[in-house]
Amino acid sequence: MTPAIELSHVSKAYRRYSGKQFATLKSALLQRSILRDLRPSETFPALTDVSFTVAKGTTYGVVGRNGSGKSTALKLVAGITKPTSGTVRVQGRISALIELGAGFHPEISGRENVFINGIMLGLSKREIQNRFDEIVDFAELREFIDAPVKTYSSGMYMRLGFAVAIHVDPDVLLVDEVLAVGDEGFTHKCLDKFAEFRRRNKTILLVTHSLGLVERFCDEALWLDAGRAMDHGDPKRVIGSYLTKVEESEEHLLASTTARAVEEAGRDGGGQPADRPADPTSNMFQATEGRWGSREVEITDVAFLDHDGHPSFVFHSGDAMAIRVRVRAAHPVDDFVFGVGIFNADGVCCYGTNTYLEELNPQRLDGDGEATFAIESLDLVEGTYKVDVAIHKRDGFPYDYHRLLYTFRVKSRVRDVGIYRPRHRWTFSPNVTFKAER
Amino acid sequence: MLSNLANLLRYRGLISSLVGRELKARYRGSVFGFLWSFINPLLLLLIYTFVFTTIIPNEEPKTKPYSLFMFCGILPWTWFASSLSDAAGSLIAGGNLIKKVLFPAEVLPIVAVLANMVHFFLGLVILIVFLVIYRHPPDAWDLFWFPIAVIVQFVFTCALGLLLAALAVHFRDIRDILANVLTLWFFATPIIYPYFQANVQKFRPLFNANPFTHLAISYQEILFFYGPIGHWRWLLALGAGSIVLFFACYWVFDRLRDSFAEAV
Repeated sequence: MTPAIELSHVSKAYRRYSGKQFATLKSALLQRSILRDLRPSETFPALTDVSFTVAKGTTYGVVGRNGSGKSTALKLVAGITKPTSGTVRVQGRISALIELGAGFHPEISGRENVFINGIMLGLSKREIQNRFDEIVDFAELREFIDAPVKTYSSGMYMRLGFAVAIHVDPDVLLVDEVLAVGDEGFTHKCLDKFAEFRRRNKTILLVTHSLGLVERFCDEALWLDAGRAMDHGDPKRVIGSYLTKVEESEEHLLASTTARAVEEAGRDGGGQPADRPADPTSNMFQATEGRWGSREVEITDVAFLDHDGHPSFVFHSGDAMAIRVRVRAAHPVDDFVFGVGIFNADGVCCYGTNTYLEELNPQRLDGDGEATFAIESLDLVEGTYKVDVAIHKRDGFPYDYHRLLYTFRVKSRVRDVGIYRPRHRWTFSPNVTFKAER
Repeated sequence: MLSNLANLLRYRGLISSLVGRELKARYRGSVFGFLWSFINPLLLLLIYTFVFTTIIPNEEPKTKPYSLFMFCGILPWTWFASSLSDAAGSLIAGGNLIKKVLFPAEVLPIVAVLANMVHFFLGLVILIVFLVIYRHPPDAWDLFWFPIAVIVQFVFTCALGLLLAALAVHFRDIRDILANVLTLWFFATPIIYPYFQANVQKFRPLFNANPFTHLAISYQEILFFYGPIGHWRWLLALGAGSIVLFFACYWVFDRLRDSFAEAV
């Protein structure tokens, strides 16, 4: 295995944005700090001790959240920026699909821009001449090639940039999230082109948020987080651990927003039962957050539990999920109803019920109590859902009503639409067949 | 640094196509198009002719026709001044290239100097036409020195252009300072007044310290005055100095190179 790209212990620090970003000559002279200003004093580590090797002829994917250093890594490989420490080695001609059409001049024609852009990317005039028709056909711009580039739509601009860059015939192709440039047809053409590259034993380094693409195309993947390499190797495994991390951070986010919502509602909404809707089922369509009630019985804690009984905020479609409500009664009550409602992001009530509707007859509630609403299979499509939790009297008089204070997320690998996902399967007659893989 | 300089030779295809693009883009969409490269110096010449023959006529017999005398200095000055202001902004204007494409940054200021050189040559055509009309053709032997003067000016301008381009990335006010310095510099150079005037000679050492003095005088002697070139030693000395300056400025540029992609 010969490495096409080799990064060893690469770190890159950027100067942190500060008021001194556009230092003026005057201030530099006054403070006698010209040399100091040109040297970064306060730095921001974009990459920290990252090492990876891409074997020749393989496709390597880099995933990570925004700001994790993916694009910096790509720029280092492209040689546009230099590492602060460590070494970057690349074998062969590189073409970077980083900013498509970056070198285009708006005033001159597409034809002239193709030539100049090609020369910038390292082709000779003759080479461009030979590939010109191919480039134009690939970009689907035959009728417009002699018009000034400023008249192009952004899609046309990107397509032309992509077409030139990909016809440079590089040994190493760097791709930064550029497949979003065209319509479906163009995207397929690009993917075909990548596949052709792979067949011809070229190396591709792909930075993308499209995890499906990494899974399908890449031989290996790297997961960067906050400038550090978290994991690399088999794409399926790397993506798996990346997604787990994403869920964790989403949980943190949801946990903190929920805590804040509950706290705020508790502060301003306490003890005004009068003008608020009483019955959870009667007024489900006014989606304003809040909390009200007499607090004779108080909801002290609400948690979403996963199938192991651990509190969580992110669930997969079809998982088991339970809403656990803890209450405290100031004095014993014999008239109480537990209710829950689940709303989607559009405020549509997906489901609402209470113990009274389900004909449970209250007998006695005293001191600290707990009610759990267990869902065997959370058959909702992907999205963010908000939850109402309430305890009130049978006539609707609220003890404690928590309106849309709790949020959870449902994740799904399937991009189906709607609200509810019925348990289902497809069956086909024998003459209808599908390929094993997409 | 030297290998980078050698690389510059490899980029001549790129440089020439960028210069071509610059020239094409400049007048794209205008009615007269490329003719403007002729019209601009022509109009300038007519204005100077009117002012210095009708409004404030200059009586010095050696410099007649006065407008042509001035034009011999103004054309190279225009090349110099617009090159520097274009070069100073070139890295900032080409930020997209530096940030997104693996691109030799020094190409940009050099392209600025070359594109303005083409305009200089087109202006020369106007000058020569008028020299012929006024029956004031330059001495054929003097013309031997003309390419040398152009080369010296090119090296000198490139040196300053590289330095300004690199510094302007970090200090944006360089471009404003430059505009004022250039105005001052223009009047401090014997372009619209002859070097041999008594008032000028009083400050002779000061004028000699101004590099562009020697370029302006050389052009005037080559294109305008009869007789042998008296200023060639100065010109060659300036040439040697420019080469040293070029290496010094290129060194600074090279040192700052890695900061461009981040600071632009």
